[in-house]
Amino acid sequence: MRQLITFVKKEFLHVFRDRKTLLMLFGLPIAQIVLFGFALSNEIKNSRIVIADYSKDAVTAQLITKISSGHYFDIQRSLQSAAQLEAAFKRGDIKMAVIFPANFATDLIHTGKATLQVIADASDPNLATTITNYVTTIVNDYNAQLNNDAGQPMQILPEVQMLYNPELRGAPNFVPGVMALVLMLVCTMMTSVAIVKEKELGTMEVLLVSPFKTVYIIISKLTPNLLISLVNLFIILLLSDVFLDLPVKGSLLLLVFDSMLFILTSLSIGLFLSINAKTQQAAMMGSLMGMMLPTMLLTGFLFPIENMPLPMQWLSNLVPSRWYFIIVKKVMLKGLGIAAVWRETLILAAMCVFLFGVSLRRFKIRLQ
Amino acid sequence: MRTLLFLLEKEFRQILRNRQIIRILFIAPVIQLILLPLAADYSVKNISIAVVDNDHSTTSRKLIDKITASGHFRLAGYSGSYKQALVLVEQDKADLALEIPAHFEKDLVRENAEKVFVAINAIEGTKANLGGAYLRSIIADFNSALRLQWQSTATATGDDAPQISVASSNWYNPYLNFNLYMVPAILVTLVTAIAAMQSAFNIVQEKESGTIEQINVTPLKKHIFILGKMIPFLALGIIIFSMGLIVSRVIYGIVPVGNLLVLYSSLVVYLFSMLGMGLLLATYSTTQMQAMSLSFFFINIFNMMSGIFTAVDSMPKWAQAIVETFPPSHFIKIMRMVVLKGSGFNDIWYHLAAMAVLGLILNGWAVLNYHKTA
Repeated sequence: MRQLITFVKKEFLHVFRDRKTLLMLFGLPIAQIVLFGFALSNEIKNSRIVIADYSKDAVTAQLITKISSGHYFDIQRSLQSAAQLEAAFKRGDIKMAVIFPANFATDLIHTGKATLQVIADASDPNLATTITNYVTTIVNDYNAQLNNDAGQPMQILPEVQMLYNPELRGAPNFVPGVMALVLMLVCTMMTSVAIVKEKELGTMEVLLVSPFKTVYIIISKLTPNLLISLVNLFIILLLSDVFLDLPVKGSLLLLVFDSMLFILTSLSIGLFLSINAKTQQAAMMGSLMGMMLPTMLLTGFLFPIENMPLPMQWLSNLVPSRWYFIIVKKVMLKGLGIAAVWRETLILAAMCVFLFGVSLRRFKIRLQ
Repeated sequence: MRTLLFLLEKEFRQILRNRQIIRILFIAPVIQLILLPLAADYSVKNISIAVVDNDHSTTSRKLIDKITASGHFRLAGYSGSYKQALVLVEQDKADLALEIPAHFEKDLVRENAEKVFVAINAIEGTKANLGGAYLRSIIADFNSALRLQWQSTATATGDDAPQISVASSNWYNPYLNFNLYMVPAILVTLVTAIAAMQSAFNIVQEKESGTIEQINVTPLKKHIFILGKMIPFLALGIIIFSMGLIVSRVIYGIVPVGNLLVLYSSLVVYLFSMLGMGLLLATYSTTQMQAMSLSFFFINIFNMMSGIFTAVDSMPKWAQAIVETFPPSHFIKIMRMVVLKGSGFNDIWYHLAAMAVLGLILNGWAVLNYHKTA
């Protein structure tokens, strides 16, 4: 036992000696939470559009005022010709063009119909759909006004309520995602590199020939990372409460417990990677390429999992951060208790035990 | 010049010798490029909806049919009460809940107006936004169809109210294919992660193993040494990029609309700036662990903020100003512009110039900060 404590101490010294890495370990989550929390948003606003008005009458003027009010659109100068439109799209200057044909109001009054043209740059499909929808809604509202809808028979009035996140901020979705991402990568990379480094430098041999038990080597390697991750977790939670107005609505104890499970799972993955990697570079690239993008994409915080093809959905079940992300959303944002997350907790626990067991068994006592 | 050639030979041998790294460098991006776009489908479909029908009339049934038949929504189930429906939303089994009040049909006819209640889980902003918009437009459609039916059977006023309609068209990607948008961006992140960060690791590795001191005591010029480190990774980046283009053509049928010359010249400028960043990070790190932490810090921020996943235009002005200084954000824009819209040099010159300036700054900084003394 005394041996173990001494070794844990040694590992801590290793970690704390490297100030730059330490700074990065704590700076990363802070910078990310602040940057992403304030900067990222799923709401589409300030889209640059042009309006071409070939009619210039009272109706188009009213519609243009309606479109330009609000923060959805940023109206660029009007354009003269179709060739200019194409060029502006190609330069990426504008995302959409709204075109009112000549005699717009006259057509509307005489034939009862007028059509305005909307051309969206659909290279970003979601943006195109959303801003086209905005314009359609504005036009529909105007139609209703025009026809003095109060007199219309049979109106169905949808009353829409946005739950949990009424302002559609990006933060509630990104904070749990960043938590999963940061904890996962810190644990996986730090662990795998710390072990492979000893292999590379040859000090692992010294450890292996000593009477020190293999399990102890592993425990002493994991302890500092576990503690750093826990500190990180509290920093993130504190920052999101203070700056982003996202307090932990549910039980803090439950959240910390599940985070511990997730951290242990990630540490086991790091351990597993270190068994197979020969150089620090391979361990790093393995965790960076093998873990970062899959974690970002298969966790569900950037892309909805139910949209993926079935094999991908099965694959995403194997990504621990997916389950952790669900837990954080439910406990932290929705304030639900263990009854709502017991399944996810069990899955994480099973993954943790399995990965740790396999890594422990496969941890080689010999280098060659 | 001859020294540079020898140095290059050494670097290439060193890189190619490590099988594990070669595997990661070449196979990982191909696999990722094949798999990841499958996951990165952000088109909003399959929104699940929980319905509370307190009316059970023909009209309410028709409305529900219309919603589920639209293709955007999937029925998560009927609930007995609004509360139960909210539980479904809480458990993530439904994204939104729709409540049709009792006497819906009757009130519609008698009072001429009736409310329906919609509650949307807004944690996922895009889904909430689009889901709400779809639902509203479906209800509006249903409403006008109902009115028309009612008018033609009851009264034949026939007085057509003036209507403005919107004719929308989607340029450059008429079928709203999400892969066209994502694959070029994912390719950029792969090139970034591999080519640029490898150069940092490579130099720091020499520092850590002490071989850099051997180079430092030789009469080798500083800039030759740096060129010797940069050129192999430039080549590597170009190879990986080309492989990526082939993969996206074979698997996803994406053929760049624009000129390949434009693409490759932008790639070289981009790699120049990112390799400069790798060098800079290397001059500030003494261990591979440090180089990794630093590069991971930046890669992660680049990935999240460069407009791959969320629109840069929606960010606050200060954040947009920060993003301007990220080389990947410019290259991602160029990629999407050239691949999808066929933009040429005169369309992308601003982004190209921005990358070149950033590259000069980063490289200059790195050279100034690199000392041949230990």
